[in-house]
Amino acid sequence: MAVGKEIREKIRSVKSTQKITSAMEMVAASKMRRAQERMDASRPYSDKITAVVSHLANAHPEYHHSYMSEREVKRVGFIIISSDRGLCGGLNVNLFREAVKAIKEHSDQGTEVDYTAIGSKALGFLGRMGGNLVSESCQLGDQPEISSLIGSIKVMLNAFDEENIDQLYVVYNQFVNTMTQKPTVRQVLPLQQDDSEEYSHHWDYIYEPDAKPVMDTLLQRYVESIVYQGVVENIACEQSARMVAMKSATDNAGDLIDELELVYNKARQTAITAELADIVGGAAAV
Amino acid sequence: MSMTVHVDIVSAEKSIFSGVAEMIFAPAEMGEVGIAPRHAPMLARMKAGEVRIQQPGGEEADFFISGGMLEVQPHVVTVLADTAIRAADLDEAAALEAKQRAEAAMEDKQVEMDYAKAQAELIQAVAQLQAIERLRKRSGTS
Repeated sequence: MAVGKEIREKIRSVKSTQKITSAMEMVAASKMRRAQERMDASRPYSDKITAVVSHLANAHPEYHHSYMSEREVKRVGFIIISSDRGLCGGLNVNLFREAVKAIKEHSDQGTEVDYTAIGSKALGFLGRMGGNLVSESCQLGDQPEISSLIGSIKVMLNAFDEENIDQLYVVYNQFVNTMTQKPTVRQVLPLQQDDSEEYSHHWDYIYEPDAKPVMDTLLQRYVESIVYQGVVENIACEQSARMVAMKSATDNAGDLIDELELVYNKARQTAITAELADIVGGAAAV
Repeated sequence: MSMTVHVDIVSAEKSIFSGVAEMIFAPAEMGEVGIAPRHAPMLARMKAGEVRIQQPGGEEADFFISGGMLEVQPHVVTVLADTAIRAADLDEAAALEAKQRAEAAMEDKQVEMDYAKAQAELIQAVAQLQAIERLRKRSGTS
């Protein structure tokens, strides 16, 4: 029957889209579980190193590291962590909006900004926005290794050491739960002191080999662990956001198919009725 | 009962060991150090080598690490192990590479165009579905 050929075509195309979105939903759901496990696995290290650094901040070191003292802000660095792929709802867009807000605050005060992009989407975004991109790491995959981040971070740390930048921020999505991801801008350098520790008597570490190299290494590891934690958390966010986005797309496609089928059936019935009327009319005339 | 100290060995990607020990030996940069409970606070860099933990009961646990940091507090010892092989010049090389990638990316924006194109099409399809959905809702209420 020739009726509703376009409608049938349309139904077929929507169905194939629905198949893709539902497959992506399932893939994202299983990846999300693994990403969450990885996020939990990397937490002990970042907790421990944070504890060590806060001990250090509360000790009375013989050597005062530049990462720990504020200085006048002329230029700041932003490390923006995004996903490598799209189709994850508003995840990256919300993150970039938050980043732009923070960057604007700085540029309004005449502060210049350097960027590091982690993830293809951040790279694309910074490319469109323009700006001084100093380093990037993309295509990290689902199991990011800290070694693939070291280079990008080192560029920023070197800039800080040479006083080319005076503050360093990371921007990433914080994983709250499956439904909620919170775009977060966090200041990394100079380190934010917290005075929550209880002991205030005068003490210091024994350093080996010496205070400066030890603190250099420790604080470099600390910054890396913050960025790494941001990356694994962002991956967990990406997968859960994708799962939710794909679920709603699949549902929408289902609704659309129902509706198109209704229209199709109506058209078919109208055609049959018209045909019957023709036949009846023809028979009466005979 | 003999004195013990709590030990945590963690790497960036996972927690390796957590438990109590009577004595810990770690490969500090200036030579191996032995840490007994109530050791004075110490912060040391470690080179590649073995961390040995003497557990109560005479058992010994060994872990190979490729370097990292050792923090000693009187009642807790933390080993922050590196997962990657680290050296200052290696780090610099990685930094240079990341910089060059950024420059290349700014010049050549055609990276992975095919993938991006396919994805763009799919995004469009999904957006269409959403738009239709919205239209449908609006016409349904009016």
